[in-house]
Amino acid sequence: MLEVRGIATFYGAIQALHGVDLDVAKGEIVTLIGANGAGKSTLLMTVCGSPRARSGSIRLEGEDITQLPTHEIVRRGVAQVPEGRRIFPRMTVFENLQMGATLGDPAHFPQDIERVFAMFPRLAERREQRGGTLSGGEQQMLAIGRALMSRPRLLLLDEPSLGLAPLIVRQIFEAIGRIAREEGVTIFLVEQNAFHALRLADRGYVLVNGRVRLAGTGRELLANQEVRAAYLEGGHG
Amino acid sequence: MAGRLPALLKDAALTALVAAALGLFIVGFKTRDIGQGLFFDYQLVDLAIAVAVIFFGRLGLQFASMGLKWPSFALGTVLGAVGVSPIQMPSTFLHWFVVIAGVLIILRTIWPWANTAIATVRHSERGKAFGRRGAKWFGAVLLVAAVAMPFAPFADQKTMDLAVLILTYVMLGWGLNIVVGLAGLLDLGYVAFYAVGAYAYALLSTQYGLGFWAVLPLAGMFAASFGLLLGFPVLRLRGDYLAIVTMGFGEIIRLVLLNWVDLSNGPAGIGGIPGPTFFGAVFAETAPTGRQTFAEMMNIPFSSNQRLIYLYYIILLLALITNFFTQRIRRLPVGRAWEALREDETACKALGINPTNTKLTAFAVGAMFAGFAGSFFAAKQRFISPESFSFIESAIILSIVVLGGMGSQIGVVLAAVLLIGLPEWFRDLGAYRMIVFGLAMVLIMAFRPRGLIAHREPSVRLHPVRAGP
Ligand SMILES: Nc1ncnc2c1ncn2[C@@H]1O[C@H](COP(=O)(O)OP(=O)(O)OP(=O)(O)O)[C@@H](O)[C@H]1O
Ligand SMILES: [Mg+2]
Repeated sequence: MLEVRGIATFYGAIQALHGVDLDVAKGEIVTLIGANGAGKSTLLMTVCGSPRARSGSIRLEGEDITQLPTHEIVRRGVAQVPEGRRIFPRMTVFENLQMGATLGDPAHFPQDIERVFAMFPRLAERREQRGGTLSGGEQQMLAIGRALMSRPRLLLLDEPSLGLAPLIVRQIFEAIGRIAREEGVTIFLVEQNAFHALRLADRGYVLVNGRVRLAGTGRELLANQEVRAAYLEGGHG
Repeated sequence: MAGRLPALLKDAALTALVAAALGLFIVGFKTRDIGQGLFFDYQLVDLAIAVAVIFFGRLGLQFASMGLKWPSFALGTVLGAVGVSPIQMPSTFLHWFVVIAGVLIILRTIWPWANTAIATVRHSERGKAFGRRGAKWFGAVLLVAAVAMPFAPFADQKTMDLAVLILTYVMLGWGLNIVVGLAGLLDLGYVAFYAVGAYAYALLSTQYGLGFWAVLPLAGMFAASFGLLLGFPVLRLRGDYLAIVTMGFGEIIRLVLLNWVDLSNGPAGIGGIPGPTFFGAVFAETAPTGRQTFAEMMNIPFSSNQRLIYLYYIILLLALITNFFTQRIRRLPVGRAWEALREDETACKALGINPTNTKLTAFAVGAMFAGFAGSFFAAKQRFISPESFSFIESAIILSIVVLGGMGSQIGVVLAAVLLIGLPEWFRDLGAYRMIVFGLAMVLIMAFRPRGLIAHREPSVRLHPVRAGP
């Protein structure tokens, strides 16, 4: 589905990614973990074409998308839940979801929005509330719901658990699992919450200073000494 | 209170002192040219009254801000009463000044109380439902009033002229609202498109004999193409940068019109522009050969008011079309994308929206309405020159949008009435009217910093709003 080869991304003179290779197969949940500033968000944004990779290639189902503008990449079935949610604060929940359906077939809209409301009943209750007044967890649900409205084949999520209470984190991860298993959406998940992410994922990558340090199945990485020491110390549940 | 009184008096005295020092040169005397040279006219009584009012005014405001309702209320009432009383004062303006001071103190006194009361009502369920219905009705009542207005007894020529002027600005405000209010693009050169529309009609009618209604769509298209042309290179810029560049474009268009004498006749302008016709009938005392006057067509006696009333209805129609179009397009994907773009451009890209194209459409659509308004302006004035399209026009239109509360349609109407109507109504105050105007602006910005109507109405309501308790 997604094939990343030797990607190097720069912010001005600063190099954030140093030749990253990564694959996501159709139907998989793949997670990327790493410390703050490792370049996780940069990698995810590079897949979406902003910033653009200076060298290397990104292929989506065989097609080279490295040089395409963001909106063209998105048109090819990639949806993104960006870091910090970035919902539209002055628009209502319903309007936010409408925005997510910009690329979709209008005929699918009623069905798609019902699906999102079934997945996140809290959004259904608050459909006329302004996005900016939702709680953090509700905003995250909205961001995910909005991304789903375009019926993506590949869903990119950047730290969906950021700043959420454990109970909500569990709900969000459950929802992500359902999206992958029930709807057949391929998922690429960037996370700080390594324990939850690795348990959910089929495979995972560990990014350190802009380079892939480790790769393996979720189970392998969870068991890995280095991963345990760096990302799982302190107990999780 | 008694303990703080000396401090308050000192504070008020200090304020009065500053006012006296400043006012000495502005109010204290004025020069008069009586032929043999300049003479001073001393106006020390004016100054003394003004300073006294400022002293008591400051005292009253201090009382009010400390929650001492009754003393401040009393002071305000006394000042107001002195203002309206027939006491001899050097000018009517001073009467006004004293009255306004009194009213301000009273308003300041009841402001906190009124504010909580309004907030309580507004947040109750009934208040909310009432507010929604109220907004709907307010629009409808305004519309009926606007349609009926030319037949009202007070609608003399002066009033109608002013109404046409205000409606022109309402239309321009609604047009710019698409660009600034919805799409969030700060455009300081909106008047350029107004000019394009005006010159399009002026040239096509005087050179090629085309009529108003034939040119109107063309002028809109011209202006929209200019919007695309100018927008394309600059819409990558954001905020301040965009504002500066659009301001530059506004000036460039004006300078081109000023200097390209072959096309635009330069600073001398274009005259003899025909007014709009009514199904071929002209609005004049006598018709040119082969034409008919409106009065002949309708079999009524001629009156010069007919033309003005016709112009009024044209601009009302054009403005309503602008409004209707905006309300509609907000519910369509393009319109939603404009609003979303203002909120978060990065998120929009991630949803597959092409920001450049989306901004360009907003720019072009806004320009189109300015083009319509420009044609109307040329047809109304019958003479245009580059002078009518200076930067100050852009600034006024933008002020209307900002004051109205960015994106609010009714807000634009209120702001246009305030900004265009107020200076005209207060013409009796002479040179002081700009002070009243400035005061109004300051008050609005102090009490409603986000514009008169800051509330954004969602483009979709899912449940019908039920009436009553
Ligand atoms: N717009 C930018 N301009 C310059 N440098 C940037 C920019 N965005 C990110 N960086 C730098 O690139 C590096 C990688 O940042 P990135 O946001 O990808 O980290 P991350 O792994 O997502 O971290 P976190 O877990 O804290 O979100 C950091 O050193 C950061 O300072
Ligand atoms: Mg990040």
